[in-house]
Amino acid sequence: MPLLARYAEGLFWLARYMERVENLARLVDVTQTFESPGLEAEAWDALIRIHADEEHFAKNHTVLDPEAVKHYYLLDTSNPSSVIGSIEAARTNARTLRPIISTEMWKHLNVFHRELATVQDWELRGDALSRLCTRIKEAVQTHTGITEGTFFRDQGWHFYELGRLIERADQTTRLLDIKFHRLAPNGREERQLEERTQWGGMLRAVAGYHAFRRIAPVDFSGDQVVSFLLADPCFPRSVRLCLSQAEWHLTQLRTSYGLRGTLTALEQIEEMRGALLDRTAKQIIQDGLHDFLDAMQRDLITLAAVIGRAFFRDWRPAEPEVATEQSQSQSQSQSGGGSQSQSQSQGTTLRSTADGGITS
Amino acid sequence: MRDRISAIGLEGLRARATAAENDLMSLGITFTVYSEARAIDRILPFDCIPRIITAAEWRKLEAGVRQRVAAINCFLHDIYHDRHIISDGIVPADLILGNSNYRPEMEHFPVRFGTYAHICGIDIVRDEHGEFRVLEDNARTPSGVSYVIENRHLMRRAFPDLLAGMALRPVDDYGMRLREALTEIAPEGVLDPQVVLLSPGIYNSAYFEHVFLAREMGVPLVEGADLVIENDRVFMRTTSGLRAVHSIYRRLGDDFLDPLVFRPDSMIGVPGLIAAWRKGNVAIANAVGTGVADDKAVYAYMPRIIKYYLDQEPILLNVETNICREAAGLAVTLDRLHELVIKPVGESGGYGITIGPRSTLAELDAARAALLADPSNWISQPMIGLSVGPTLTPEGIRPRHLDLRPFAVTGRSTWVLPGGLSRVALKAGSLVVNSSQGGGSKDTWVIAETAA
Repeated sequence: MPLLARYAEGLFWLARYMERVENLARLVDVTQTFESPGLEAEAWDALIRIHADEEHFAKNHTVLDPEAVKHYYLLDTSNPSSVIGSIEAARTNARTLRPIISTEMWKHLNVFHRELATVQDWELRGDALSRLCTRIKEAVQTHTGITEGTFFRDQGWHFYELGRLIERADQTTRLLDIKFHRLAPNGREERQLEERTQWGGMLRAVAGYHAFRRIAPVDFSGDQVVSFLLADPCFPRSVRLCLSQAEWHLTQLRTSYGLRGTLTALEQIEEMRGALLDRTAKQIIQDGLHDFLDAMQRDLITLAAVIGRAFFRDWRPAEPEVATEQSQSQSQSQSGGGSQSQSQSQGTTLRSTADGGITS
Repeated sequence: MRDRISAIGLEGLRARATAAENDLMSLGITFTVYSEARAIDRILPFDCIPRIITAAEWRKLEAGVRQRVAAINCFLHDIYHDRHIISDGIVPADLILGNSNYRPEMEHFPVRFGTYAHICGIDIVRDEHGEFRVLEDNARTPSGVSYVIENRHLMRRAFPDLLAGMALRPVDDYGMRLREALTEIAPEGVLDPQVVLLSPGIYNSAYFEHVFLAREMGVPLVEGADLVIENDRVFMRTTSGLRAVHSIYRRLGDDFLDPLVFRPDSMIGVPGLIAAWRKGNVAIANAVGTGVADDKAVYAYMPRIIKYYLDQEPILLNVETNICREAAGLAVTLDRLHELVIKPVGESGGYGITIGPRSTLAELDAARAALLADPSNWISQPMIGLSVGPTLTPEGIRPRHLDLRPFAVTGRSTWVLPGGLSRVALKAGSLVVNSSQGGGSKDTWVIAETAA
């Protein structure tokens, strides 16, 4: 069964948006636990910086108030990378994908989208915030479970998984970066204790704390956490595991569906794995963790672009006159797919070249 | 049925109907209404009391629909070829050649099996004597069939006790039949034709139905931009390159199909599609130019058209119709304006209708002015005592006006989906059943023939 390029692209982005929502909920949750009394704003500032949203945020906000940041990332519809913005984008993609996703996937997403629209501002405050984050996280996990149990596993599923894994790897690097923004590498004993508490909080945010406990020494240090999140071969959210799973999906597309355009992407993963494993975490931190994470994020954008060029909508058999459309996808900045272009046509009239919004 | 409904009780019916409607919303079984630049997803309101059609009634309806579809296809073939019906003086030439839905591109172009209107919806009411009468033919891209099937699913989920033990004609195989017909009409010699459904996309108000039909047929739902023409052949863009397409169920109007032939500003069509079609490399359903057959002006001639091509009396009667483009028709209409229903010939969806007995003097004057300004744009019909069916309302179970749209699928031969879409006017006294104007729908039960 051939797969429409548009569907492949939609599936890739549906998964990315959903994964982003889950991670955003995790990030907000962990940021709250990083709040030090009197320095609340500092913790929330880091959230904005790792998303490179300083400029966009400043457009509508004059002060950096924790409440404003929470609203910005959870409920602000003008922020395309907020939870609500991502769900909107995920649902629009799912709508175009209704012919091929399962009815149960669509129904759940449709209902979740509707529920999210009813979230009130008070749910962002105090202990309610953590509960809201849990609700969001669990909704995405429900989506993931429904998908696992109902989505037909032909090539479309591989594109869906690729989107999810690339986004997940990207989000793990961001989570590490938030930590980098908070802490200097060394300190006195109580500083170390505080550090350890914070590393623990981060591990809990990605559901990795107990797995880490099993493999790490009792008196662990920061570089071991970094190593765990980047290069552990078994942790579901480690960059390394995401990459090797992505590699497996690309290989499946190549061998079972004859998609030879996977070659460039496979080579890209090969290179990224090299960068990840050639140095120890200690060395990476010494050379500059932030720069390393930044490079990793850029590589992931390239990986997504390579897959997009090979298989998605803008894939064209060398037709010069449509070359202008090539730039439509994948030119996004750090946070991947962006907003929709909702050129409403009521179906009968004219439509811009945008396809009703699959990607940015 | 009456006993079963009373066993559930009014409160029970209401609670279940509400739950069923929430279900429709969650499932996104909706159509989109656009107002003030906002898109609102609405469900087609669902009335839980089924409309029941006996086996004998259905025998007549089915035969009548079949006959009507056969006549429509003969008519379309004739007017795009030798035009005997014009030269024999049955239908005036300007009514056809001057019709805005007439497509010169179709002249002398053969379609397989002579089928132009592959999917046809015939709107039927019963008059005060219980006689079935055709209100309107829909031979372009009739919609609503998804609700027929979804309504049955909904009844099974929410009212299993109403359905228990009922021997009903099934509606589930519509998608299979449709795909069969689309496969039959594919160009000759193609072994395993690729069928697709061409949709304007997610912003179309009937997008849910497009999704539904693509899924039921098991074929890709494509948008214009997914298709590309090379050397007069149609291809779709897939992850593994271009794949040939042989048969297209299109859900966009003629005007938007191909910007090289029709509206040049259409961005939802496929440039070069018509050329590929005329080369015989792809089938398109419905064919281009079928709108000339379901026009309200041509409707008036349908009984004569049936007789002319099939040499049969119409099994289903028309509603008596005055053609205002003819002097006699206009005179009668102007004379009895307050008794008649006046309809524009070019509109669909219940727009632009004046119902004489329910209009103010000012409204009648406006209608009179419009009639005189452009008589050929209008027809008029007597008020008929439109059929009613028991319907759940805030006041209890009350009679509400309803109509029936059976769907016919024609490839090599015609198949009629048992039943059809029963649309019901939910407002007391209202005659307008269109979904765009607050109508709802019911499950339609055709009782199976008992084994003789």
